[in-house]
Amino acid sequence: MKIRTLMRHIREGFKNIGRNGWMTIASVGAVTTTLILVGAFLALMMNLNQMADNIEDDVEINALIDLTINQQEIQQLGNEIKQIDGVDSVVFSSKDDELNKLIDSMGENGQTWQMFEQDNPLNHVYIVRTADPQDTAPVAKKISELKGVQEVNYGQGVVEKLFEFNKYARSIGLVLIVGLLFTAIFLISNTIKITIMARSKEIGIMKLVGATNGFIRWPFFIEGMLLGILGSIIPIAIVLSGYYYLANTVSQRIHYSFVEILPYNPFAIQLSLIILAIGAVIGVWGSVMSVRKFLKV
Amino acid sequence: MILMKDVYKTYANGVTALNGINVDIKQGEFVYIVGPSGAGKSTFIRLMYREVRPTKGSIYINDVNVNEIKEKRVPLLRRDIGVVFQDFKLLPKLTVYENIAFALEVIEQPPSLIRKRVMDVLELVGLKNKARFIPDELSGGEQQRVSIARAIVNHPKIVIADEPTGNLDPDTSWGIMKILEEINDRGTTVIMATHSKEIVNTFKNRVIAIEDGLIARDEHRGDYGYEN
Repeated sequence: MKIRTLMRHIREGFKNIGRNGWMTIASVGAVTTTLILVGAFLALMMNLNQMADNIEDDVEINALIDLTINQQEIQQLGNEIKQIDGVDSVVFSSKDDELNKLIDSMGENGQTWQMFEQDNPLNHVYIVRTADPQDTAPVAKKISELKGVQEVNYGQGVVEKLFEFNKYARSIGLVLIVGLLFTAIFLISNTIKITIMARSKEIGIMKLVGATNGFIRWPFFIEGMLLGILGSIIPIAIVLSGYYYLANTVSQRIHYSFVEILPYNPFAIQLSLIILAIGAVIGVWGSVMSVRKFLKV
Repeated sequence: MILMKDVYKTYANGVTALNGINVDIKQGEFVYIVGPSGAGKSTFIRLMYREVRPTKGSIYINDVNVNEIKEKRVPLLRRDIGVVFQDFKLLPKLTVYENIAFALEVIEQPPSLIRKRVMDVLELVGLKNKARFIPDELSGGEQQRVSIARAIVNHPKIVIADEPTGNLDPDTSWGIMKILEEINDRGTTVIMATHSKEIVNTFKNRVIAIEDGLIARDEHRGDYGYEN
């Protein structure tokens, strides 16, 4: 195809948007409504996913070090832990640090623990994080088998349930997103199909005048893409402003460390691009698939 | 130029439109296709640009068997034949200018040439001042002239017209005939299905009469031969 013909198709695609007036508005409306839903749901799911990640990232293994081993052996134990597959970081926390943490976490009641400062009964601890939180249990097991480890704590029982819950939550979220996307594709391509059906006669005429299928299809391709892009403008505006409001108000009122919503920048930008891409792809798909039907004259 | 050999056409609903047609039309001829309604005139015409395919027999346009060309090459065939439709078949949302230019855009002509050719042909059909109108804003006769302009703008060797004056008043019909004669004088083969006794008897040309799917008459400078 010659460049000027491609330019002609692009020009025609733009002109068709204007020529088809109400049909354009109907298609853009369908895209807009569904993309608002998809956008809002995506924002929700991505944030919930982030929260689940945060919770999982907070899972750490506390390896209590045997009171009987000496400084050099403690050092060696630290190195051995680092060697274990899946271990991300190993931080040493002395028994004094541990006592301070305990006193801090008790708040007012912490005072009573201060009496132990002279004769600290706690253990030195290695705080271990795994690269993938799912590896916590197996890694903890390996650590517990090392010499010089008295006990391993990682919230046994609770952590497994938490991971299980998150796994289900993610799967359900994914199914919902995919379902919503399919609904969007169906709705949008149906609306576009109706608008193109009204033009099936025109497509027939074009063919009788000697236009090839490609020549007819191209402007529809461009038009579909434009419909998708136009339809994604309002959803993006709504999602951006809505999210901006949430990020600024809600997040300030909630103080649990894991309820941390994704920062406006770059999350909002990424979400906008995703919505735009979904709009454009569905627009093109709906349009090209519908034209295909009428090309057999 | 156009050769039909033993052409039969039976539609899916069982109606037989053509029953063994043999015709040879030479370059530069002007041919009327006449006959009663339902005799097979439209089928005869539509076979040539492959809107309809024969049940049996062969149709050659410039030595190419129309029925044997691949689907992909059908647009190329149609570009060599200008078709004037009874119902005009104009693109309703495009202006007169754009409708005519479309026939040149499909063959990827440069914009400067498109502009010149479209303006020339608009001059020929007398619609230069209506280039920016859309079909709905034109009278039937004007729309038919746009349809003719589109059919001839890329200088096809053959122009086929299916009752181009069918819906038009006598004055307008006369105008349309003048244009078709002028195109024919330039060497273009013109094939025209018509019901108009006046036209056939006034502008004398070859007459092929089709009755019951068969050629009943084929006369050089013939008469219409039916009561209107």
